[in-house]
Amino acid sequence: MYEAEALRNWSEREKLRVIIKEMAQKLWAWRSLFLLIPGVNSKKKQMCFDWGPGEMLVCETSFNKKEKSEMVPGCPFIYIIRKDVDVYSQILRKLFNESHGIFVGLQKIEEELTGKSRKAQLVRVSKNYRSVIRACMEEMHQVAIAAKDLASGRQFSTQVSILSAMELIWNLCEILFIEVAPAGPLLLHLLDWVRLHVCEVDSLLADVLGSENPSKHESFWNLVTILVLQGRLDEARQMLSKEADASPTSAGMCRILGDLMRTMPVLSPGSTQTLTELELKWQHWHEECERHLQDGTFASSPHLESLCKIMLGDEAALLEQKELLSNWYHFLVTRLLYSHPTVKPIDLHFYAQSSLDLFLGGESSPEPLDNILMAAFEFDIHQVIKECSIALSNWWFVAHLTDLLDHCKLLQSHNLYFGSNMREFLLLEYASGLFAHHSLWQLGVDYFDYCPELGRVSLELHIERIPLSTEQKALKVLRICEQRQMTEQVRSICKILAMKAVRNNRLGSALSWSIRAKDAAFATLVSDRFLRDYCERGCFSDLDLIDNLGPAMMLSDRLTFLGKYREFHRLYGEKRFVDAASLLLSLMTSQIAPQSFWMTLLTDALPLLEQKQVIFSAEQTYELMRCLEDLTSGMPVRGEPDAQRLQDDDIETTKVEMLRLALARNLARAIIKEGSLEGS
Amino acid sequence: MFVARSIAADHKDLIHDVSFDFHGRRMATCSSDQSVKVWDKSESGDWHCTASWKTHSGSVWRVTWAHPEFGQVLASCSFDRTAAVWEEIVGESNDKLRGQSHWVKRTTLVDSRTSVTDVKFAPKHMGLMLATCSADGIVRIYEAPDVMNLSQWSLQHEISCKLSCSCISWNPSSSRAHSPMIAVGSDDSSPNAMAKVQIFEYNENTRKYAKAETLMTVTDPVHDIAFAPNLGRSFHILAIATKDVRIFTLKPVRKELTSSGGPTKFEIHIVAQFDNHNSQVWRVSWNITGTVLASSGDDGCVRLWKANYMDNWKCTGILKGNGSPVNGSSQQGNSNPSLGSNISNLQNSLNGSSVGRKHS
Repeated sequence: MYEAEALRNWSEREKLRVIIKEMAQKLWAWRSLFLLIPGVNSKKKQMCFDWGPGEMLVCETSFNKKEKSEMVPGCPFIYIIRKDVDVYSQILRKLFNESHGIFVGLQKIEEELTGKSRKAQLVRVSKNYRSVIRACMEEMHQVAIAAKDLASGRQFSTQVSILSAMELIWNLCEILFIEVAPAGPLLLHLLDWVRLHVCEVDSLLADVLGSENPSKHESFWNLVTILVLQGRLDEARQMLSKEADASPTSAGMCRILGDLMRTMPVLSPGSTQTLTELELKWQHWHEECERHLQDGTFASSPHLESLCKIMLGDEAALLEQKELLSNWYHFLVTRLLYSHPTVKPIDLHFYAQSSLDLFLGGESSPEPLDNILMAAFEFDIHQVIKECSIALSNWWFVAHLTDLLDHCKLLQSHNLYFGSNMREFLLLEYASGLFAHHSLWQLGVDYFDYCPELGRVSLELHIERIPLSTEQKALKVLRICEQRQMTEQVRSICKILAMKAVRNNRLGSALSWSIRAKDAAFATLVSDRFLRDYCERGCFSDLDLIDNLGPAMMLSDRLTFLGKYREFHRLYGEKRFVDAASLLLSLMTSQIAPQSFWMTLLTDALPLLEQKQVIFSAEQTYELMRCLEDLTSGMPVRGEPDAQRLQDDDIETTKVEMLRLALARNLARAIIKEGSLEGS
Repeated sequence: MFVARSIAADHKDLIHDVSFDFHGRRMATCSSDQSVKVWDKSESGDWHCTASWKTHSGSVWRVTWAHPEFGQVLASCSFDRTAAVWEEIVGESNDKLRGQSHWVKRTTLVDSRTSVTDVKFAPKHMGLMLATCSADGIVRIYEAPDVMNLSQWSLQHEISCKLSCSCISWNPSSSRAHSPMIAVGSDDSSPNAMAKVQIFEYNENTRKYAKAETLMTVTDPVHDIAFAPNLGRSFHILAIATKDVRIFTLKPVRKELTSSGGPTKFEIHIVAQFDNHNSQVWRVSWNITGTVLASSGDDGCVRLWKANYMDNWKCTGILKGNGSPVNGSSQQGNSNPSLGSNISNLQNSLNGSSVGRKHS
């Protein structure tokens, strides 16, 4: 039993069985639509609410403004409501993480693969999904055992039983829909399925064999019966030989029954035997069993006789073992094993239905799990998915199973348009749930990517809501958007970050985000802040950034100016006065510099004009003079002057006078220099 | 679904509105106690009130966040006939130390002569704009031309609706094919029955909002109205809270067929109508992808609605008060929610598809 190690402890299993029963009832309870909000009196008050990206706010209010009821609300709380509870489970995170890898791999399975190799690959994918479920179940079980308080222990146990139910359903779907086992092998698969999921027998086996006198063990006959019910006849025979050794009186009978067990024809994988041959042999064997029963071979041992009846597929004898069978699908498989070993897939539903009816015997009604399995036996994939969606608490199961079945091309044949759409619908729901979680959202991205119809637009809506709490997170979100050419989202995110940086007076960061957002208006705004800061403090911050703007400088005129103006300062600092001077002049003549800044630029020219050597040529000096005159003539006529303005005007007038003087002197020197140069 | 947390609101009177910010990391509440409170979510997931201040001289009906591209900005509207715009100021070290933030009033919009019943920021692609509506029957659209100077708002449009207005909703579509559009609802209960929902569309040529449609079938008082997120659809979906929940689709009739320059005409269909709230419905709101509509009504419940494939809408969840008084701590974390409290009637939604599916 390759995976039967899941739960070894017998008593644990017993406890689990009770819980599974409880769970089944709960599954129905979950259908209830209601979430109760504590403290709110729905008879008197109403609730106001708001949607958030992953949560919902709810709070008590009274909308009817006309009838003034009690002032203060009865419930002073605001509630935060979340949707997918499972997203927040630590253990299930592993399920989400690991299945994500399998999912992405499945999407990449080459379409060209056909026939057997494709099927083999899909079966492998299915088994991978199941082993992730199993691993998760295993871990959840450990946690359940280790749980300190009863309540959380029960909670985890419930989770275990849900996972176990998921695996049970998935396994059956794998056999019927993916493996598509034909008559013959079908039963072998179903036997494995039952053995895997009704595995108490292994611990019992160990228990009995470990006892001093196995055949006298109180559970000895239960064990043998279970082994026979599960078709584990070799082990059953070994047990019978222990009984034969211990009680000589029944040794003969044990040997005969053992022989019947040994000779039961089974389909061995890889043999060339045809189904007809098998059926023929099986018929002979069946008749032999029948004869022994008729002859009263086992009449003196009720245990052995009952075993023989089981092997004859006697329904009454089987139903006597209800306790040991534990469920109707075990009953179904045992019944098939001993009466219709070559059952065809198409006939399964008939036996399944009658087994369910016989097993429940009208005492109880089918539970959700029963309905799901029944739908699978009926090959009604749509019904399976629908029932699972009702019964299970998260979208993980249906989304992944549906996607896999879609890759098996099963949904198309079921109903082309609806089929592919159902896959997308479920994947979108699952991915949206992941986006409610602060880190799992990253898995959600890939699921959206593989939804051709609404995946992209859903991703756009979700991803822009990811809180940009750290730079690292922002960059991660941006990368995802950039990879998918989501230009509007990239712009918006950068803009948000630029705005945040400006508000916090981090101008460098603001500038680089607005460049990334390609937001010219905002780049202008931030550039102005830089220039204003420069005018106030006389130095630039974030030199690294401004010095290395490169082509980004072209985003806005003001940014260009900022970059060029800083370049002027660098040239000046490097004493490259001639270059600095012509750059300064060009900033004005090319109109890159805003007029409001010209006075600052002209003032910056002053020290250059005062240098020992002539830096501005005569022509350049004329240009500078023109700029100065443009600026002064353009100055507005002022209204009523106040003291402060008079003082400002005074400073301004002095500045202009100084500039005029310096320009005139420079012009004189330049003319002389240029004249003498030409002359020489 | 489960209650993840409860937070003591500490308002001294009825809370009228709760509002998440764009990222769901902050929320604002407003109340008849004339104040607005802002709450921030810490890294550990706890919520703390970081600001609480008197905003108006009357009940505050609505509070709403601007898109974060415009910074941290709130708008509120009140019975005191005004709407106000608030901005958070960064850097007051004293406040920061106390874990408090500081909000300043940037503007008071005083044009209404009656109670301002709703305030909504326009979709961000339109710039920083907001609309208000008031009991005097006028929708006003304001714009802040300089996003760095929120003290300057100019009244761009005044749309007369002839009926006392209760609610407005911007069409969120940023498609070039769709002109800016605003839907207005009226709770006028005077006996001369008139259609209570009007839709106005911006005309590029006249630079004015003109009435595009009136939903003739909605004649009972309307309390709330909400356009669904667009998802690239060519048509619009509008939810209305009146004596029941109604969902309409508005399909633009092709321009060539209408007289050029006039407002778009729509083919209007009602796709769902639910009277499960038994009486008045007060609020309707879409989740961020427009796949689920929530409504709140006189039955004291919030109901969730989801469309299935054939435009067949069903209830997928109900939040209902349990009626018992609350006691206990102010912030009850529930990090280990019980599976048992799960709502998972997924059957209803299974056959569904999002609202946004393109009609072929």
